[in-house]
Amino acid sequence: MVHKMPSGTDELIADLADAIGAGRVTAGGAAREIYGRDSSIIEGGHSGPVCFPESTRQIAECVRVAVAHGRDFVPRGAGTGLSGGAVPCNDPVVISTTRMNRILEVDVERRIAWVEPGVINLDLSRHLAGTGLHFAPDPSSQQACTIGGNLANNSGGPHCLAYGVTSEHVAAIEVVLSDASTVLLGAEVGDAVGYDLRGAFVGGEGTLGIAARIAVRLTPDPPVVRTLLLDFQSLVDAAETVTGIIAAGIVPAALEMMDRNTVEAVENFVEAGYPRDAEAVLIVELDGLEEGVTHEIKIVKRVGNENGVGTVRVAADDVERELIWKGRRNAFGAIAHIKPGYYLHDTVVPRTRLAEVVAKVNEAVERHDLIVANVFHAGDGNLHPLMAFDPREPGVMERVYAASEEIVRIAIEAGGVLSGEHGIGLEKRGFMPLLYSPDDLSAQRALRDAFDPVGHANPLKMFPTGSSCGDVMHLAEVPEGVWV
Amino acid sequence: MSDLEEFRNEVGTTGSVCVKGGGTRWDVGGEVGQGVRVVSAPSGIDAYDPAEMTVLVGAGTTLTALAEVLAEHRQEVALAGPVGSTVGGALAVGWNSIRRQRVGFARDALLQAECVGADGKRFKAGGPTVKNASGYELCRLLVGSLGTLALMGRVILRTTPIPEWSLWLRGSVTPADVVKSCYRPASILWDGSYSHVCLEGYEADVQREASALIDSGMVKVQGPPSLPPHRNRLTGDLPEGAILDVAIGVAHCPEAAAIQCVDPAVKCIADRMKANFDPHRRLNPNRDPYSVPA
Repeated sequence: MVHKMPSGTDELIADLADAIGAGRVTAGGAAREIYGRDSSIIEGGHSGPVCFPESTRQIAECVRVAVAHGRDFVPRGAGTGLSGGAVPCNDPVVISTTRMNRILEVDVERRIAWVEPGVINLDLSRHLAGTGLHFAPDPSSQQACTIGGNLANNSGGPHCLAYGVTSEHVAAIEVVLSDASTVLLGAEVGDAVGYDLRGAFVGGEGTLGIAARIAVRLTPDPPVVRTLLLDFQSLVDAAETVTGIIAAGIVPAALEMMDRNTVEAVENFVEAGYPRDAEAVLIVELDGLEEGVTHEIKIVKRVGNENGVGTVRVAADDVERELIWKGRRNAFGAIAHIKPGYYLHDTVVPRTRLAEVVAKVNEAVERHDLIVANVFHAGDGNLHPLMAFDPREPGVMERVYAASEEIVRIAIEAGGVLSGEHGIGLEKRGFMPLLYSPDDLSAQRALRDAFDPVGHANPLKMFPTGSSCGDVMHLAEVPEGVWV
Repeated sequence: MSDLEEFRNEVGTTGSVCVKGGGTRWDVGGEVGQGVRVVSAPSGIDAYDPAEMTVLVGAGTTLTALAEVLAEHRQEVALAGPVGSTVGGALAVGWNSIRRQRVGFARDALLQAECVGADGKRFKAGGPTVKNASGYELCRLLVGSLGTLALMGRVILRTTPIPEWSLWLRGSVTPADVVKSCYRPASILWDGSYSHVCLEGYEADVQREASALIDSGMVKVQGPPSLPPHRNRLTGDLPEGAILDVAIGVAHCPEAAAIQCVDPAVKCIADRMKANFDPHRRLNPNRDPYSVPA
């Protein structure tokens, strides 16, 4: 049943239509149903009218009208977020950037591109083919996710190990604030004078304003790329290899790990050529100049041999390399072959404690009678334990929540953090007090309020809402009707 | 921990206070004025695990002392400054190394900061891991804030490997041509007539790229040129005697440039930020991150 919208909505819709054109506003039940959720497992969001602006001015108009009606606004890219950052609470105006998908300017010499926020991540790098440049952040959803969404979540991806997360690739941002004004943060070259408001804005999950135009830095394509696949009979050995590679002074372009359950699912799905009998496989990608890459391959092989590696396969050509990556990129989809539903977690731990933490996570999840598959960015300690389950099974979600809470606590106790790249959103806001004291959170509140003193930009995200640590993920702490 | 508590007590809850590191760039953003209590952040390296590529260090530690310890494991951090400058000072100023293209931006080096706020309470920004999307990016806000939002006591920095080989060259090849012939040079400086290029990496790769530049007329030199004292943002032609850091658009000039006007919309957010963090303006009074030429 479609949620009934509050009074005054008809007037709100009319004003939005007047401001940006009726063809750019929808408030039908189907649309509000679709825009009531994102790719997280959070359900029950309530969207108000959904707007599809096509310019900075139109974004500002959406914000102006929403706030004039006392409504909040929620920015939204492709809706691929996994923490509920785009899930609307309390019938806000949802501002979708999907029609703002133009690549406005590419300056090859200065290695800068101006894009609209709705440009799909992979489309930019495809557009850049032949220039010798690419956009480095490469989240697994890069075929669908938008650069505006990447900016909001400070997204990563396998190659951010060497190249850095999204913030390091955003030079300047044109932002629409909650008072409908527009401001340019950052600078095309180097640092802007004063506070790094650009850096503060990135990762703000749409709670600080809406990015309307983004200047991204472009990264030169490496002249040489080599991709290695290493298999192990023990996850501990694979983790020790990760530590050994980093300790040897190598920062690979990517350093990914998959466990037995993932390998099996991937092989059943895409036949990437991973050894089915392995307890863990590592994908190590090395790039740069010829001599250095050759040298680093030798070191990776040596470290692998010191830690009981089975085989070390160096992809012979681009086809083999692409197949290795195809398996990694399809890992989450492959899990659907185990069970119809999954919940993907995202925490970071010190990379030297990977093996110990994964063992604890597996034990916790299995104790809750759930299947766990691990596929993660091992090089920077970014875990992605993935719980597979059948949502139709009575009581299964309670077990999933209980296991989730344990996973978070295990990571924090190991000196880790709540999220490496998916953000906090609604999913983890209740866990924030596990990582931050009230005074830590007050400082974060000070940052947020400087951008959005009226509190209309995607509220109810990021901060706990007065609940204690014991209430983490408790249904009572999220807005009525929303469940995690 | 006790050092941090002592630092917190020194900062206290009332009266104007500033934190002083090595004092090597003390006038950046304006002098703090008379009658301001001067405090110092704790110094010393509290934890360093080379395999983790992070270091926990008191903000009062000198960059030289830190570099010595990291170099034992062939690692370094993206901070730079004159002899005597401290980690906290380098972060507060936020200037990038001239090797920025190799080591990264200064603002990306700070993973976690344990601070004392204007209310005299301790708070933590960021987290200890090399990757973190848990909450707002307070660390990036603090870098370059000249201690006007909070005072950093202890920090966790990201380290990077020191390259096997490093080489400086000088010649009349333009920066654009250097970029075309080299893959990610560590530094490109331009003095109006000559490029000064730093190549870093494995020896054989560096020598090969250097050979190409030498064939184009560049010559090996001992190190970077001596940089003039004032940092200005390049807005037109490069002034006489200036040296441009191409990657960050900063011109090192013999004379200081005028302070540029700041967009009122930006200043409005900045003023709210200051008011939210330090409503009584007790931290580094009179110092203004917007009163710098670059």
